[in-house]
Amino acid sequence: MIKVYTSSVLDAPAEAVWARVRDFNGLPQWTPFVAESRIEEGAPADRIGCVRNFRLKDGGLIRERLLTLSDYDYQCSYSILESPMAVENYVATLKLTPVTDGNRTFAEWWAEFDCAPEREGALAQQIGQGVFQAAFDSLKKALGP
Amino acid sequence: MIRVRRSAVIDAPIERVWAVLRDFNSHSAWHPAVGPSAIENGEPPDQVGCVRNFTLKDGNHIREQLLALSDRDYVSTYCILDATLPMRNYVATVQLKRVTDGDRTFWQWESTFDVPRGREREFEQLVGGGVYEAGFTALAAYLGRDSRPFSRLSAVDSQGVVATSFGGPEVLQVRRLDSPAPKSGEVRLRQLAIGVNYIDVYIRKGLYPMIDPPAPIGMEAAGVVLESYASGFSPGDRVAYACIPPGAYVTVRTVPASQLVLLPDDVSEEAAAALMLKGMTAEYLLHRTHRVKPGDAVLVHAAAGGVGLLLCQWARALGARVVGTVSSDAKAELARANGCEHPIVTRSYIFAEETKRFTGGRGADVIYDGLGSDAARENLAALAMRGHWVSYGQATGALEPMNLSGKSGTFSQPVLFHYTEEHLQQMAGRVFAALRDGILKPDVRHRYPLAAAADAHRDLEARRTSGQIVLLV
Repeated sequence: MIKVYTSSVLDAPAEAVWARVRDFNGLPQWTPFVAESRIEEGAPADRIGCVRNFRLKDGGLIRERLLTLSDYDYQCSYSILESPMAVENYVATLKLTPVTDGNRTFAEWWAEFDCAPEREGALAQQIGQGVFQAAFDSLKKALGP
Repeated sequence: MIRVRRSAVIDAPIERVWAVLRDFNSHSAWHPAVGPSAIENGEPPDQVGCVRNFTLKDGNHIREQLLALSDRDYVSTYCILDATLPMRNYVATVQLKRVTDGDRTFWQWESTFDVPRGREREFEQLVGGGVYEAGFTALAAYLGRDSRPFSRLSAVDSQGVVATSFGGPEVLQVRRLDSPAPKSGEVRLRQLAIGVNYIDVYIRKGLYPMIDPPAPIGMEAAGVVLESYASGFSPGDRVAYACIPPGAYVTVRTVPASQLVLLPDDVSEEAAAALMLKGMTAEYLLHRTHRVKPGDAVLVHAAAGGVGLLLCQWARALGARVVGTVSSDAKAELARANGCEHPIVTRSYIFAEETKRFTGGRGADVIYDGLGSDAARENLAALAMRGHWVSYGQATGALEPMNLSGKSGTFSQPVLFHYTEEHLQQMAGRVFAALRDGILKPDVRHRYPLAAAADAHRDLEARRTSGQIVLLV
């Protein structure tokens, strides 16, 4: 099992950042790599257990299940059901914490998963930088002045 | 109950912020509201359960106890035991998290506590603003004192004297080296003075398999901290060490902080480099391996040598009667001037008769033996009934197994590093105190530039030196 951890500081209050990222069906609105998304079986996007089914801009199809969502802790987690990445037991968590100094947000995103040992380095880079950091960078632009 | 939570982002790597915050007694160094502070009962400041006793600049007095400390999670939790402020049930937690985007640190500081009704807002402001927020700003400034940002730490150029292979003094050559960037728990120092010991010769010759040439040699040095990733040490601190592995003959070195001691103001780098290894050797020989008592008859071999002189000085100050062996009349005078009441001049290791005569026939209660096989027979003869034979070196060859039952004798083979790994701070502290009290008199008679280390070895091996030898950078 390997763990990938990425964190950043976003220049907006945590409530404002959370309002953007809590929508489990909202990836196309704030990430640079998701083309379209839907929630399977017409479930609400904040029902625990719902499945988001989304297509990446490069064509890949991913299905993820919402495992936890907390408006109190500004935190959600999800698992991958299907993806082109060849990972097993993938569980990721996104968490926001207010930074009282400057009314900003400390954003953390981490994932644990299994994969073939020779792919660990490349996958850690792809997920940590290509997905999590890229999404943070995109959020920074969207929230920026 | 009041809950206070404040957080900030510090522009420094988490290891560096944590190195300061994990030290429960560091706050007086960086927090503007904190006056003098001490950990009670001399406990280390990372000992869970330790109590810090301090005054605030406004005159209030507080005792706080460390409840939990995690180097894995970067969390420290503590509570107030007593305070002149009307705060009850105060428990606070400091939590750091790594900001991977930019190698910065997220710091959250929170607490819960009770205060008298009506004063909640006042105390929320006092704790949140006057303590936590003021602390964020002050620690950021404290870490920024050293203008080199930590995130750009890298290997730096060092020069060193390297044993290019095993052999004579000629194998020692000056080379450019890299000093690796310190990791968590390590400190990089600019060395100013380096001690030369006979063990360096053994290592250079390959008698002790402790290096893989080409590699720098040397066991001890003193200098100034350049960068610290460890609690308790900051840039500019004067420090010294005597530790394995070898590698002290260099200008810049990175060492584990657990091997370092802070130098008191009255101890020079030169004295420390000359004294760390030999002084701590004398410390454990006289205070730990065998506790020398007033009236003990002590036999010190090579009594005019580096360790020998210190043993004579210290044993005499402890009230012992000191007999010593030396190889010349000149060395006998030197030993006598340093507390050896009865120096015996012998080049053939014959001293048992003289030792017995000086001790009224009893023999030596303790023998400090760095000689080994060639003196073994005489040592056995010179040993008192129930005496203690302490073999801390074997310059003439390894000792054969022997039978001490004829005298109910005790035999010890101590090694310095087995003592320092547990008692370094106390041992160094006792050496510095003995230095301050004038008991130990470091006698640095020979100073060489670092690049001339080979000359120092030649003189040492030709017995042209006495007292301590120091290389200066």
